[in-house]
Amino acid sequence: MMKRVLSSSYLGLLLVMLYAPILIIIVFSFTEAKVLGNWTGFSLKLYASIFQGGVHHSLTAALWNTLIIGLVAAFASTILGTMAAIGIYNLQPGPQRAVKLLNTIPILNPDIITAISLFLLFVSLRISQGYTTVILAHITFCTPYVVLSVLPRLRRMNANLYEAALDLGATPFHALRRILLPELKPGMISGFILAFTLSIDDFVVTLFTIGNEGLETLSTYIYADARRGGLTPELRPLSAIIFVTVLVLLLVINQRAAKKKL
Amino acid sequence: MQRKILSFIGRRRNWTIPYVLFLIVFVVIPMLLIVWFAFSNNEGEFSFTNFRKFWMQPEAMNTFIFSVGIAMITTFLCLILGYPAAYLLSRMESKRAKLLVILFILPMWINFLIRTLATVALFDFLHLPLGEGALIFGMVYNFLPFMIYPIYNILQRTDQSLIEASQDLGANPRQVFLRTTLPLSMPGISSGIMMVFMPVISTFAIAELLTINNIKLFGTTLQENIYNGMWNYGAALSLVMLLLIGMTSLFNSAGSSQTVEEGGLI
Repeated sequence: MMKRVLSSSYLGLLLVMLYAPILIIIVFSFTEAKVLGNWTGFSLKLYASIFQGGVHHSLTAALWNTLIIGLVAAFASTILGTMAAIGIYNLQPGPQRAVKLLNTIPILNPDIITAISLFLLFVSLRISQGYTTVILAHITFCTPYVVLSVLPRLRRMNANLYEAALDLGATPFHALRRILLPELKPGMISGFILAFTLSIDDFVVTLFTIGNEGLETLSTYIYADARRGGLTPELRPLSAIIFVTVLVLLLVINQRAAKKKL
Repeated sequence: MQRKILSFIGRRRNWTIPYVLFLIVFVVIPMLLIVWFAFSNNEGEFSFTNFRKFWMQPEAMNTFIFSVGIAMITTFLCLILGYPAAYLLSRMESKRAKLLVILFILPMWINFLIRTLATVALFDFLHLPLGEGALIFGMVYNFLPFMIYPIYNILQRTDQSLIEASQDLGANPRQVFLRTTLPLSMPGISSGIMMVFMPVISTFAIAELLTINNIKLFGTTLQENIYNGMWNYGAALSLVMLLLIGMTSLFNSAGSSQTVEEGGLI
């Protein structure tokens, strides 16, 4: 009993530490003050102003850019990564090890190395930086994670199923759609979610590949904001909304998964 | 001809080709470019100027050593705070544990710059000074989940019969932990260390915000050089950092690829 109380309170304490800053954002999203930390009375004005079009055009634009880049990058890396995983699984042990090693380089590289290396690539090739370069950069650091989440599914499935489908007269394309893809789907979905999360949360790689044509994602927008000495007040309700949405989504998924098991 | 193409596509190992080409263009060549830029001067000729500069100028060197120190402290704190948490989570009934794990990962969904600015607000609110202490708190706060998750994953998958066997053989709880549980969780620990140590050195923005621009970490030095057009010097500094990564992964003798996968990074 004593042990349980101790262990719960330890975990509770860590969670309080992790959530204290977030709580502050949420609490101060209900006041109008310009500076985070000043309380000037309860107000929903900041919430209202996010939903009023045109008020904070640049913030809305940054939000859209973040989502579009995240979706495109996650989609592309899921396709590229799934194909690669199927290929890697069927390689001879030697080449297989080589490709797997190559695949871990972007994972082990710190953001800033990936960022600088891609920056040097784009300037060396004299490619002007913008949407395309950011998306290519995001695909670069997302795909390895997709590969790593699809490979275990391949290892777990019955390798003879695909061959059996071919023997029974299915075309490779047909066998892919009917046999392989359904088996790989859970891995692909978790790969996609992981890629999307990494993409929308990325800051360093984006900053180095976004160019200076005025394109902004949420991260670079906040960074520019912070350097000017403050946070656009509307970012508080925006973060609160994102946080609560994700929290509810995860809880629902968790509940459903738990129910399925019973 | 058409049949040839079809049979080429039909061989599934060939499906690796697009990704390998992609990796060569966007990973291998860019990394080689870092080496190329690092070993050439502004006129594009081969030279050691950049490394000589790093050696002679104490500023970058000092930042580098300071960053490694901060990263070691952060990693150590994450490990001693995170291991017990991961251990306790792995002991719980799975439904409750899953929920708590989600709670530990959830903060990562808020943009880390916003979280860092909120940490600044928290320190103001509690009337604590910004500076080294705030920096380390902010780093631990940001990277703790990366330590807990891989360790939890490994512990949770540990074969319970091994623990029971050591108990049956007369080990006391301390011995069970030190001789069975801890060694079995090593892959999780080393993947957690990798996930915390390197990012701390290379992160920029967090340090400036939490110390009101008083402390600079190596990531900031890199960024400033590249931004000021000193590509060659920036590349040389990146190479120094890559060397450090190489050394850290050598220490993780388990084999990095294996660790990433088994440490349950996914």
